[in-house]
Amino acid sequence: MGMPMYVSPEQLMKDRADFARKGIARGRAAVGATYSDGVLFVAENPSNTLRKVSEIYDQIGFVGVGRYNEFDGLRKGGVRHADLKGYTYSREDVDARSLANLYAEYLGQHFTHEQKPMEIELLVGEMGEDPEGDQLFHLLYDGTVMDMSTFAVIGGEADAIRARMEAAWDRTAPLASAVGHAVSALAGPERSLVSDDLEVAVLARSNGRRAFRRIEGNGLDDLLS
Amino acid sequence: MGLPLFLPNDDPGPSFLGLLERSGKGLVDPTDWPPSGSGLTPHGTTVVAVRHRDGVVMAGDRRATSGNLISHRSIEKVFPADHHSGVAISGSAGVAMEMVRLFQLQLEHYEKVEGKALSLDGKANQLSQMLRSHLPMAMQGLVVIPLFAGYDHRQGLGRLFQFDATGGRYEERDHAATGSGSLHASTVIKLRYKDHMSEDQAVDVVVEALFQAADEDSATGGPDLIRGIYPVVASITASGFERLADGRVADSTTALVESLTGGGSD
Repeated sequence: MGMPMYVSPEQLMKDRADFARKGIARGRAAVGATYSDGVLFVAENPSNTLRKVSEIYDQIGFVGVGRYNEFDGLRKGGVRHADLKGYTYSREDVDARSLANLYAEYLGQHFTHEQKPMEIELLVGEMGEDPEGDQLFHLLYDGTVMDMSTFAVIGGEADAIRARMEAAWDRTAPLASAVGHAVSALAGPERSLVSDDLEVAVLARSNGRRAFRRIEGNGLDDLLS
Repeated sequence: MGLPLFLPNDDPGPSFLGLLERSGKGLVDPTDWPPSGSGLTPHGTTVVAVRHRDGVVMAGDRRATSGNLISHRSIEKVFPADHHSGVAISGSAGVAMEMVRLFQLQLEHYEKVEGKALSLDGKANQLSQMLRSHLPMAMQGLVVIPLFAGYDHRQGLGRLFQFDATGGRYEERDHAATGSGSLHASTVIKLRYKDHMSEDQAVDVVVEALFQAADEDSATGGPDLIRGIYPVVASITASGFERLADGRVADSTTALVESLTGGGSD
């Protein structure tokens, strides 16, 4: 009987993190940002049917990058959690913070206890009643959670995109320029992205109870022109 | 309340009711109850739906009764089911409202999980199944009979459905009514109905139908001019479900009263 090879905990965690990061870096990035009327999500996604950006609840949106089956499972879990909570208590008791905490708990648990960590990054965005209430939660593969009221970038080449967003982001920007900033940050100086490469959605205060709307087709072309 | 994640072979899919069951929050089992609790709970009465050239108009009176007593003067029996459909209820009020709430959630949950809304037939079928699973309670006297109507984008027209307590689903072409005053309401609609009516004409028809039903049926409430309580009237067209403002219904009621008293007839 052979002895199992000894691996130090530091090395084990580092290997896992490297593995997850590599998987995530292969995928295309997404941006979440607050703007004048709420929260904007822009993802680079050539697929028209396999979504990265989704509705979770009245004022909560979700973006996942990395392995599709992994983040889509968590998206459904989020919808189920929110709908159950709203049914049990009240619609106004459903909030992004508790959902982000659940995601963080699950990802952290998965990172240390499962065969392989999840190769995903998530963004949970919440639109408040007024601009001060708008919030973004950025979740990493190991359960790290960061909250932001400005913008967040997930996926491959996030650092470069973050630097470009830093220069362009403006809290009071109207929708068209907010989309413009996010798209050029995602594209970088050498590329340009057209509507077919993009998935865009907003949580907008002007949309009423279910604030999530996809912007696609002609509507998106108009915003990008 | 943890994150509800399921193994693929136990996944409730887009069904909210399936999710409730798996989360241990399923509906109460009524089989141990004494027979007929119907006298104890408020009853909602007359609701109607009429098709017009741009969609469907739904309406309901505002009264709930417990036996001979009026238990509520201003309850609502017409609700949006989602963006493009509505549901109206008659029968045991508390149970019916819970059913509406679950139905609304079921449609929204499906849409979010699947990323696509159910077809109109799919929605009507869901309501059917909810009624069928409610049958044991219906047999004990807590009957709920809804109407369902919506705008079908595929066919480009308004459609309406009637149900029975066993979950039977009957699509009606032009109009439907249910509840204790439905007989009288139906007669009015039948006489007034015209093909290709405008939405405004359809609103006048449902207001008159409920007025006449209230005139004959003690469980149906008429317009309450003293308290300013009017029937709930909603219109469902290609642009969605919209509850009409009380002022609009009040105008229609005033015109009706004038024509009945001879004031506006000549």
